[in-house]
Amino acid sequence: MSLEEPEPDVPATVEEQSPDEIAEMLSDHVIGREEHLNAPGYVIRPDAVQDVLSTLKTEAGYDHLSCVTAQEYEDRYESIYHLKKFDDPTQEVSVVVPADRENPVSESADPVFRTADWHEREAYDLVGIEYDDHPDLRRILLPETWQGHPLAADYDQDRPQVVPLRENANPLQEDQRSEQDTDTMFLNIGPHHPATHGVLHLKTTLDGEQVADVESDIGYLHRCEEQICQNGTYRHQIMPYPDRWDYISAGLLNEWAYARAAEDMADIDVPEYAQVIRTMGAELCRIAAHMLAVGTFALDVYGDFTAIFMYAIRDREKAQNILEDLTGQRLMFNYFRLGGVVWDLPEPREEFFEKTRDFLEDLPEALEEYHDLISGNEILQMRTIDTGVLPPEVAKSYGATGPVARGSGIDYDLRRDDPYGYYDELDWDVVTEDGCDNYSRLLVRLREVEESAKIIEQCIDLLEDWPEEDRTIQANVPRTLKPDDDAEIYSAVEGAKGELGIYMRSDGTDKPARFKIRSPCFSNLQTLPEMAEGEYVPDLIAALGSLDIVLGEVDR
Amino acid sequence: MSSDNRPFVTDDSQVLTDTRDARMTGEDNRFNSKLREAFGSSPFILTKFDKFMNWVRGSSMFMLQFGIACCSIEMMHTYAVKHDLDRFGAGVPRASPRQADVIIVPGTIVSKFAPRMKRVYDQMPEPKFVIGMGSCTISGGPFQEGYNVIKGAEEVIPVDIHVPGCPPRPEALVYGVAKLQERIANGESSPVTVKPYELEQFGDLDRDEIVDQLAQEIDEEDLVMRYNWADSP
Repeated sequence: MSLEEPEPDVPATVEEQSPDEIAEMLSDHVIGREEHLNAPGYVIRPDAVQDVLSTLKTEAGYDHLSCVTAQEYEDRYESIYHLKKFDDPTQEVSVVVPADRENPVSESADPVFRTADWHEREAYDLVGIEYDDHPDLRRILLPETWQGHPLAADYDQDRPQVVPLRENANPLQEDQRSEQDTDTMFLNIGPHHPATHGVLHLKTTLDGEQVADVESDIGYLHRCEEQICQNGTYRHQIMPYPDRWDYISAGLLNEWAYARAAEDMADIDVPEYAQVIRTMGAELCRIAAHMLAVGTFALDVYGDFTAIFMYAIRDREKAQNILEDLTGQRLMFNYFRLGGVVWDLPEPREEFFEKTRDFLEDLPEALEEYHDLISGNEILQMRTIDTGVLPPEVAKSYGATGPVARGSGIDYDLRRDDPYGYYDELDWDVVTEDGCDNYSRLLVRLREVEESAKIIEQCIDLLEDWPEEDRTIQANVPRTLKPDDDAEIYSAVEGAKGELGIYMRSDGTDKPARFKIRSPCFSNLQTLPEMAEGEYVPDLIAALGSLDIVLGEVDR
Repeated sequence: MSSDNRPFVTDDSQVLTDTRDARMTGEDNRFNSKLREAFGSSPFILTKFDKFMNWVRGSSMFMLQFGIACCSIEMMHTYAVKHDLDRFGAGVPRASPRQADVIIVPGTIVSKFAPRMKRVYDQMPEPKFVIGMGSCTISGGPFQEGYNVIKGAEEVIPVDIHVPGCPPRPEALVYGVAKLQERIANGESSPVTVKPYELEQFGDLDRDEIVDQLAQEIDEEDLVMRYNWADSP
């Protein structure tokens, strides 16, 4: 027990700077101002990126580089750094960095925010902007041998990509032992490996049994989601794709990310009744997603298709059955529409409510079981406590969000901090754990399931008593949606894995001119080397499992 | 193997007594089991060895534990409780391709992954079978127009059964597996030949500026592969 005086409660408000104060702070670096729908934008000189970002980070408190969007205009290239505050994500700033049409180079933000490393590599890979001072500017999603930048204007998709076969030669053919240092060994984990949760490739250097270096090689599931969304119309053609970003049953959470961005952009109000249904559906998805995360984590640590995995699937099946009743599909729901949801709760409503209540009633007992089998198990505790440690400052610098950040004690949840849907009307808590290790991240997920259950229960109560004449499921939305020309928006929701953001720019047509997905897993996966280096190989696997990445969202 | 496919019906109430009676009489009654009854009076089975092997192959299949994308979630559900693919003698996921008979391709294949999948397939011992799960393995599915997406698994490896859907329900996958087993048992599955899909002599390609540039880098005998598999032969 501490004898120190408890510190007086710090007021929860975070100092907010007006746009002009920020412009003042950045002084002559600013060469223009823009107005994005979510935040003020400052156009800065391409060689002042580090100065500007570090000023904003240290003096104004913008400590979260949420996303880096790159795009090509007719006369210039542009990188947009979307900055937020971990303490108050409603305070946002966009730093717009133009780059020359002929020679697109701007300064890298990597020394200020570690997360910029991968984001800028992606911008280089897909759009073709080069970043000065970047430690490792290589392709990240496409193969090294790819010719051209697919999201650039002059890219011709029909041009054949031809490479010599030896580029794809088996990396294991040669002895990977280095000449000078014969104690280390190179080990490929993946892209086909049961512990990588999909098609992730980890290039690992081992020193004895310990991990000396690990580099994730991603892009084995790069399905051109951004290109496909740019080719679809706002109203109907984009909505089916979010289901497939984070496909671990988190479909409704992803759909909400797009719905929120598009509704903010086109100024659509969603009826309250639809918001309650959305909230309920989204939390069911979160339960299903966390169940799989817990089940596969146990699979990684215990190493076989054991009871825990089967129990997790059993509970997922229940959640999926309810979702199927609600949406008509088990996995790819396509249930949200701009301005609401596609249809009302299934008839007879009583049956649906009863089924959901049964599920919620059984949940505490099921969770008890999980705690007995997993978190209370000594073997798992020995494997996970104090392994894969991710200190909060490091997590923030990498832009980690979701259960990964909350397992490091960062109290950051967009459902509460940047409320949307019906969350701010309901009674629930944000779960954090201070352990910073694999075990904490597991605990956060298990406890979040309880919170989600609380939310669903309240939603059901609300829906049950909702007056029948007031059940509007969709707002009036024009058949063809054409937001104003050159409107730009970046907005995010709390997905199953963390902050899932969408950047959209309209060009006056019915299709977005640029559609950028900020995936939480992409940023979370970047922290893996920090967690795994110096640990044993099994701890690397446990750390990867605790990150709960889904490659569809990492690669998009 | 009887041609009569009626499942064996076990009557619990009778088994104990019948067996005990048979033992007590001390006679070697070769008709004391349903299987024997099914075979008839002869203790011998006459069949072709090929037919027998096909039946064995279809009845015990080891699946490769192979996840790519969305469909792998439904594939996991198919393996796990409730749907339990193991009921059909096809539910033991093997982590190593060297121990597997069947590869279920569950998801979108992109240019970076295609050569890796080919290698995994090549590592499987013959006879090997492929189930393409989901629309992506048929044509690229919803991602067909993507610059990076292979237009179907058949561009890379031969596929025995396609299970359409996005994603197919576990029931659909179970049906696909059962169909594959049936085809194997009947000796109808496609012959296992691996076409050199992506391999071509360099000289076969149309000459354009990229090819010309590459031509200076690699010698004429080198094998090349294309990433836009749709144009591949």
